[in-house]
Formats: sequence, C-alpha cells, structure tokens
Amino acid sequence: MGVNGARLKRVAETGRAPVSLVIDGTPATALEGDTLLTAVLTNGRQLRVSEFGDGVRSGFCLMGACQDCWVYTEEGGRLRACSTPVAEGMRIVTRGATWPRLG
Amino acid sequence: MAVHGAFAALAGKVEYLPETLAWNIQPGALHVARDGVARKLPFDAIILATGATDRLLPVPGWTRPGVYSLGGAQVSLKAQACAIGAKVAFLGTGPLLYLVASQYLKAGAEVAAVLDTSPNAARFKALPLMASRPELLVKGAALLWKLRRAGVPILRGVTPIAIEGDAEQGVTGLRVKDAQGRERQFGADAVAMGWHLRPETQLADLAGCAFEHDALSGLWMAKMEPDGRTGVKGVYLAGDSARILGADGAEIAGRLAASSVLMDLGIAVPVAEVTELHARRAVMDRFRRGLLKAFPWPGHLAAAVPDDTLLCRCEAITAGELRRSASALGAPEVNRAKALTRVGMGRCQGRYCGPAGQEVLAAARGVPLPEVGRLRGQAPVKPLSIATIAEDA
Ligand code: FES
Repeated sequence: MGVNGARLKRVAETGRAPVSLVIDGTPATALEGDTLLTAVLTNGRQLRVSEFGDGVRSGFCLMGACQDCWVYTEEGGRLRACSTPVAEGMRIVTRGATWPRLG
Repeated sequence: MAVHGAFAALAGKVEYLPETLAWNIQPGALHVARDGVARKLPFDAIILATGATDRLLPVPGWTRPGVYSLGGAQVSLKAQACAIGAKVAFLGTGPLLYLVASQYLKAGAEVAAVLDTSPNAARFKALPLMASRPELLVKGAALLWKLRRAGVPILRGVTPIAIEGDAEQGVTGLRVKDAQGRERQFGADAVAMGWHLRPETQLADLAGCAFEHDALSGLWMAKMEPDGRTGVKGVYLAGDSARILGADGAEIAGRLAASSVLMDLGIAVPVAEVTELHARRAVMDRFRRGLLKAFPWPGHLAAAVPDDTLLCRCEAITAGELRRSASALGAPEVNRAKALTRVGMGRCQGRYCGPAGQEVLAAARGVPLPEVGRLRGQAPVKPLSIATIAEDA
C-alpha cells in the first residue's frame, strides 16, 4: 500500500484498519497507528512549505525535536505531524498556509 | 523489555503522565503541559532523563524534502513500518549509521551507499578502548559484513559535497569526495544523516546545572558525578541526556541516579549493588570514549560549511550570515551571535544548528571551540500552543 510516487514507502503490511482523511482537498487513505506525517507522506511528497521561501519540507527528525513538520488543518489549526496520530476525517493543508483563526 | 516489565509492576503506585511536555523547571517545581493544559509539579528530587537527538552537520541541500535525521529514519522504519524512500543513502558517522542502514536492507529497502566521514585509521586507534565490550565489536563487524555482501558501497573518510535535487521535488542523489579526493556521486531519493547524538540538556540548564566542554565529543555536557548527582541539590541526571552510553548504559545510569536520590533522602540502598553498577558503568564509559575516537565528530567539516549553505533549518539562515556576525558585527560567543542572526532562536531551539554553529563561529573568530560558549537553555524548551491554559494558575 501507499500511493505510487509517495515519499515514504511502507515496508510491512500489518492488516491495520484504514483511516480516511483529506489532504489538500483530495480524499486519501492512511492506516490506523500512522502518525499524521506518515499518513501525508505515504500519499504524497510534501508536508509543508518553508515560511522563509526556501521550498518544500517533509519533516526531518521524526521525534518531535526539530519542529519542521507543523501542518495546518483546513480550519487553520496547527499540528506537529510527526507526533500527532492520524484520525478519521482529518482535513490537512500542505501547500500555502491558511490564516489561523482568531479567538 | 525488563524495563517495561518493571514499569508495569508500578502501575497504580505512581502517577504516570505520558504524552506530556516538561517545558520549564524552577527550584522545586517542574512545569508540564498535556493536551493544552499546563501544570506545576512540585518535587523534592528530580531525575532528568531527557534523552538525546541526532547531531547534525549541515550539508548543502540538507533542507530538501527527503533528507531525514538518522534517528528519524530509524523511527520511521521501526515505529511506522515505512522507509524514508525507495533508495536511501546514509551519511554521517557512528555505529547507528551502519545499524540503521542494515535495518533498511533487512526491511527490503534499497541502500544506495553508506558514507562515513570517519577515516579508517581512527578505528585502529580506538581499538584498545573499544575492546572493553568485545561483544559489540563483533556485532559491528557482522553488520558491516552483511552490508558488504549485499553489495552496498561503503566509503570511509568521505567529505560531503552536496545533497542533490531541488527544493520542490526533493532529493535525487548526493555527492561526496572519497578518502582519495575523488568525487563520487550516488543516486538516491532519500538521505538519512547523523553524527552520533547530542544530549538534550535544556532542562538541566534551566535547573541550574553547571556545564563543561568535553573535548572528545566537542559537546557541552552538564557537570555530574557518575552516580547522577549534579552540583544542584535535588537534581540528578541519567540516560543519554547525561552521558551517551546506549540503552543498557542508560539503565545502569538510571539505577545509579535512583540510588543517589534514595541515599540523599536518608533511605538505605544495597551498597554492593551500587558498587557493581559503578563498575559496569565504567566499562560502558570506556567504550563510549572508544566510539568517539573511532567515529570522531568532524568539527573541521562543520567549520568549513560553505557560506551559502543553510545552517538554520528553522529560519533559513546561512552559514555566511553567522560568519558575518562574527567578523563584521563582532559577536564573541554563540548567544550574542544568536541575538544578531537568529541562529539558534528558531523553533528547534538550536538542537540542529547548535553544534555546527559553534564550530562555524569559533573558526570565524579563530578561537578554540570552548571559547564561543554554548547556547543557553530557554523555556519553553519546545513550542507551547498559545491555547495552553494553566490548570492551577
Ligand atoms: S519532524 Fe521534527 S518535530 Fe516533527
């Protein structure tokens, strides 16, 4: 499993239950137990865009230390993708940040 | 496994707070946050075991998507059953480089190459120290043999040149100079890189522990006794955040620190056991020093990172900007340079730019490494959501 051309490659099938989410407006499938980072990067190639204009990022440390994996939800919330478990119905934006909701 | 079993036996007897961020420490109180709620936990004694993260050397192109820390590449494989790419190159030094490469191989991923910055000669010099744990030497040799048998190119004494690709599509390969000075190119869609570990010391710092520069590793470490005691009353250290002794070493260090806490609280501990733990810890410390000699941190490569290479991943600041703060702006040490350039001020709080930044600054100023100092810890040690509310404010 995992989408062709996606960044991360699944190496073992464990019979985990599928989880549906929406990434950049497109429905996608991940597996229960995935982090949000795994969910996004087994479906595509990027997590976020650097605020400093130097291109796309796809996480780095995968252990909650570098903070290079924050993604936006469609509502403007922010999640640290490598340490957030994927959940059914999540709606994530990887390209271009929406403005955070005030209040 | 034994640790997990022992912990299960404590269920119900201790308050266990998983998924909790300890973000500040003050005399007698630890500040934590969990699910957006902050709390203050008072303590008489605290054992800080805050772990370690990969030590990184910036390489041109290391911010491209598809480049991961070596430890991260292992986490992805072990905890998520995902390889970081279809064809992965490993760059850095230390036993973890070979271990993770062989784990990838075993999982069925293609390993493009293992590129080690340590020269071959360093191995032989380190042998007397490393002979303290022969079983690990044998394990290391077996890993190497498996990689070689699978046809994986293994190069030692390399100098990284660049990670190739572009900022949108990510990694397509990497180039290094081999030990003979020849340029070598390897195609890959992912790179895992790491140069041993650096201890997470922010909380020890905020707790008031003194620090010393360790010449062998080039790292600043909290001052401590082998029994876990620091100069600060009630503050003890254990695990990789204290000294990097590996998983079994961390267990021993934890027992020693716990024994010290008990003794200081006036509770008797079995003396013979403590003596034996000290002896075992000493062997592990000897091996630790051997590893650092066999797989040295290439400070000279960090000092020579090209001007236009991003040093700070968080805010895209180049090595050249840091050098200018040293020369044109006269920053004498890392905290002043941080104020001027923001290197070390971003969201990672210097975890990934810190070790190399010190080298760049020291070289630019022409002073020995310890003279540029170390980044001071700052609370919160990791970002807190602005929505975090205080439970007991
Ligand atoms: S990838 Fe480093 S914090 Fe998530």
